[in-house]
Amino acid sequence: MDNPVHFICNDIEIKTDYSRSAVLLDFLRKEQRLTGTKEGCREGDCGACTVIIGELNGNKVKYKTVNSCLLPLESVEGKHVVTIEGLNREGLNPIQQAFADEGAVQCGFCTPGFIISLTAYLLSNSVPKLDSALDKLAGNLCRCTGHASIIRAVERIVESYTDDSMPIDIPSLVSRKIIPEYFLSINRRLESINEYLKKEKKKTKDYVVSGGTDIFVQKQDDIYTSDVELLTADKNEDKIFVINDRCFVSAFTTVTEIMNSEIMNGIIPGLKESLQLFGSEQIRNRATLGGNIVNASPIADLTNIFLALNAKLHLERGTKKREMFLHDFYLGYKTLDKSPEEILMQVSFSLPPSGVLFNYEKVSKRMHLDIASVNSSFYVEVENNIIKTIRISAGGVAPIPLYLKNVSEFLTSKEINNKNLLQAVKIADEEISPISDVRGSVKYKRLLLRQLIFCHFIKLFLDKIKAEELL
Amino acid sequence: MKNYDVVQHLRGESLFLDDFNLIEGTLFLSVFASPIPHGKIVKLDYEEALNLPGIKGIITYKDIPGENQIGGIVQDEELLAKDLVHFIGHPIAIVVADKPSTGKKALKKIKLEIEKLPVITDPREAFEKNELIIPPREFTIGSTEAAWKDCDLIVEGKAESGGQEHLYLETQSSYSFPVEGGGIKTISSTQGPTAVQRGISKVLGIPMHKIEVDVLRLGGGFGGKEDQATAWAVMTALAAYIYKKPAKLVLSRQEDIRLTGKRHPYSSDYKIGLTREGKILAYEVTFYQNAGAAADLSPAILDRTLFHATNSYFIPNVKATAYSCRTNLPPNTAFRGFGGPQGMFVIESAIYKAAEKLGVPVAVLQKKNLLKENDEFPFGQKAKYCNAIKCFSSAIEKFNFDRLTSEVHAFNNANKFVKKGIAAMPICFGISFTNTMLNQASSLVHVYTDGSISVSTAAIEMGQGVNMKIRQVAASIFSISVNKVKSETTNTTRNANTSATAASSAADLNGNATELACKNILERLKRVAAKELNTEEIDSIELRNEFVHLKGEKTSITWERLISLAYTQRVNLSSHAHYATPGIHFNNKTNKGEPFAYHVYGTGLVQVKLDCLRGIYEIESVKVVHDFGKSINEIIDKGQAEGAIMQGLGWMTLEEVAHSKEGKLLSDTLSTYKVPDLHFTPKEIKVEFMENPAESLAVFNSKAIGEPPFMYGIGVFFALMNSVKAFRPGKEFKFSAPLTPEKILLMLYS
Repeated sequence: MDNPVHFICNDIEIKTDYSRSAVLLDFLRKEQRLTGTKEGCREGDCGACTVIIGELNGNKVKYKTVNSCLLPLESVEGKHVVTIEGLNREGLNPIQQAFADEGAVQCGFCTPGFIISLTAYLLSNSVPKLDSALDKLAGNLCRCTGHASIIRAVERIVESYTDDSMPIDIPSLVSRKIIPEYFLSINRRLESINEYLKKEKKKTKDYVVSGGTDIFVQKQDDIYTSDVELLTADKNEDKIFVINDRCFVSAFTTVTEIMNSEIMNGIIPGLKESLQLFGSEQIRNRATLGGNIVNASPIADLTNIFLALNAKLHLERGTKKREMFLHDFYLGYKTLDKSPEEILMQVSFSLPPSGVLFNYEKVSKRMHLDIASVNSSFYVEVENNIIKTIRISAGGVAPIPLYLKNVSEFLTSKEINNKNLLQAVKIADEEISPISDVRGSVKYKRLLLRQLIFCHFIKLFLDKIKAEELL
Repeated sequence: MKNYDVVQHLRGESLFLDDFNLIEGTLFLSVFASPIPHGKIVKLDYEEALNLPGIKGIITYKDIPGENQIGGIVQDEELLAKDLVHFIGHPIAIVVADKPSTGKKALKKIKLEIEKLPVITDPREAFEKNELIIPPREFTIGSTEAAWKDCDLIVEGKAESGGQEHLYLETQSSYSFPVEGGGIKTISSTQGPTAVQRGISKVLGIPMHKIEVDVLRLGGGFGGKEDQATAWAVMTALAAYIYKKPAKLVLSRQEDIRLTGKRHPYSSDYKIGLTREGKILAYEVTFYQNAGAAADLSPAILDRTLFHATNSYFIPNVKATAYSCRTNLPPNTAFRGFGGPQGMFVIESAIYKAAEKLGVPVAVLQKKNLLKENDEFPFGQKAKYCNAIKCFSSAIEKFNFDRLTSEVHAFNNANKFVKKGIAAMPICFGISFTNTMLNQASSLVHVYTDGSISVSTAAIEMGQGVNMKIRQVAASIFSISVNKVKSETTNTTRNANTSATAASSAADLNGNATELACKNILERLKRVAAKELNTEEIDSIELRNEFVHLKGEKTSITWERLISLAYTQRVNLSSHAHYATPGIHFNNKTNKGEPFAYHVYGTGLVQVKLDCLRGIYEIESVKVVHDFGKSINEIIDKGQAEGAIMQGLGWMTLEEVAHSKEGKLLSDTLSTYKVPDLHFTPKEIKVEFMENPAESLAVFNSKAIGEPPFMYGIGVFFALMNSVKAFRPGKEFKFSAPLTPEKILLMLYS
């Protein structure tokens, strides 16, 4: 084996020369015959293929879920992969038992994915709560049960923790029989694997992949046989930091990392809740800020937020560096001001002065794990009822993620009142060019953006406007 | 009692078709399908594809040894299109390759010259052009013509309901093997193994006994694998037959969504007449069913729409007409409810509109017209053991509908931008295949010498727990532990001439057959025990808790010992029994008869909360009183009810099968077709068992559960209408499902 992928799968150490750009799902099912991991959609929308990935963090292993159908095999190098087979012991473990007791299993096809997701939640070192547990399971679909019994099973597990002061860590989960004993030594085994990992990697590349959650859906037929270069951040550097009133975010920061960042949540109150509507836990664990921006989808959620922050992009091509505003980056539908060799490394924005208010709105057909029909971010600084600075972005209403320049300019230095607001939505309507597609008709998208702009003001300035007269 | 089959599911050890170990030499199939909705094939050029390394061959209609025909009810569906294609996704050729990826590459190299023909996607347009699958169907009772003059109020309108993708998590799949003597063994993810066997027999031109179809389990079916699993199974059998090698086909999710039919969209006109007091005197309805390009099961589905056109109400004068309209969409097919929901949606829309005109609450009109004992349905059957009023009153009282309603009003008065709505939805669903012939089943029971039992029936396990119920039936007849009973795969060599697992009837039919087979063996065992105990009174022998009892007293003869004695005495420990539902009949010339063994009743209350700024909503609660009969397994039945309700809610809200005008499916992935997820599940979902259930013809006095609760979901449509009206009082809206956030926002602000 010339350049094998080396990792631990359940409790077995694996070195394989299976294609590095193949997805983990195929390796597990076809090569390992671990068929408890199912293929339901191959686009990260059903969760039947969910596995747990453990990564060394200091001397501890940090676990999270991913969709194995979108995960290049190479990315599990030096990590711990856990499938349903790796959780089984004699009979049923307490999570499996709770599902059995609540009748939360019908055809069984989605079942292993749910067990995996809930186990990963317990491995995430927080006191189990129903709401946060359900958020972690929202990327798993069941068509038979309608989820009510699954929710009851999760409730059972969560409740088993209420009067328990035991720490939630790997030894305690082992003693509760939620995970098998071999988990106790995984950190040491990963340490020794990582010591010997070959550092040099082939640099021939057909695709440059960050999280891969989109490209592995779009290019599924040929990416498996192509050379893929995985972009990752340097492990030893902070991905999000502040220097001189400017916040820098590595392009390789995952949505989960942004959601959980104290810095980012300090800047944008409510960010964590907003990003619950971004994909699913499995997707958020892989999708990155850079991927979201470069993918150039007109309804990209993070891009929408960063447009309102007036973010700058930091691009690199070898030693050549370049900066530009995010709102100048998009030239047309999926067309970027970027050469193929250039890599987006970082995104930065000025820290908002105190008093700035921020709001994010997203409407999709289904609230969770769905792509927006229209989304909009709102950044505003008001002094004495006069708008000092305002930036509004809108997704899903143009070929590119749109910064509503005309609307923002119009509202600057204006008073917040119905008249100005009505004029603003009129300008917005002229500034956008939505098309009818599966996410909605032109008529709907125009109406929806108007409503979302109203919502920004109603949410933040209800006392300054006569909301009912707007509608 | 728990469904022990779930242990394997929870451990990820249950095998689905794609989990089986591959047999050496397996060939993989890819389907080349029409890219346009209607056209004439001018030239098919697959030379380049054929020359790719790893391609074993390409099969077209020319290679079919038997008949190129897989139509079930009507012989109108070619397996592989010869001259004409009728929908996007119409199979034209099968690529046979050594690897799935090779086959996919080859698909891109096939060149098709095709002449475009006119496209119809709207059922009313198809009707205008006389494109009907079968002649019109009509059910009548009384005379609507004569009744209109007695009506104080007559309301007319239109109602439309959309399609629905099944989204079973396991896609369509099949695996076939050549066996000696020119036969075929096929493993298929099908609800209808005999349909598959018949299809293979016809296409290969070999007798049915040379074909063995075996089904272990399905990763969900919901009707989508009743008729539409057949094509894929036949394709693998054809390839295995031609190339003498195992052949496998597993559709990708996108192929599955694109190539298979959905729930039928319906467009309907209604006219309803009532007295001032709210008594419905007359109802006329015309259904335009969008059948797609071939009959599939559409005629049977059309009939069930007519059977349920009056839902849970008695209406003395009814004229219900139905047209099955041929369009250029993939043939639509069975989906939980089988046309019933589409019929019920129209009568509920009519009642809603009538209530509005009369100025009375909808629930008052509903209640006033509910079926009573011996009321006659438009097809001549009389309501027996009728629980319509009992369930409705019980739901209204138990969940305090009046209080909920006034709370909703109070909330709406206090909130400007958020409005709530509540609605009641009574249901009545007939149990039996409406094609009387299909109401038969067989069971083959073996008791092995160690006392373990194997049961083979026609029932397909697809998550509904039928295997568990059948095991419970056998265990209960012999009074032994359910762990001693195993449900076998469904196999056409063990059980011949099976009816599909459909119409909610599998547990009824196969459970009854199993009961008969077990009782045959039980009688023989009792004789063995009587001999051993030196008594001639066979009736004083009883099996109880794994021991033989004599006159109620436990003896020392255990179950195992009894079996051993029987074997030693050369007593037959196997039985094959056949069950046919008694008393049912239907004349499809007069459209009168007694097609149903019994009806299932219930009432659901649905409450929603609407964000009137954004047009998005939350389903707060669904509360149901359902007539389960004497449930064999409450956990399974409750799970069926909850799952069906959620699918019904999805059909009325999020689930939108969107086509372009040219007939191209736009919602062909899970990122564009959204089904209810965990967050969409109502915070409160209560399913209560109706008290004091009556006798029924179902096994052990239980009642069929698969489909009926789906229809509670219709309630969400009217709850949402109420919430919209709370924001825009006095406005009239179309009855057009699903009520997506887009439709809602446009209703709020247009």
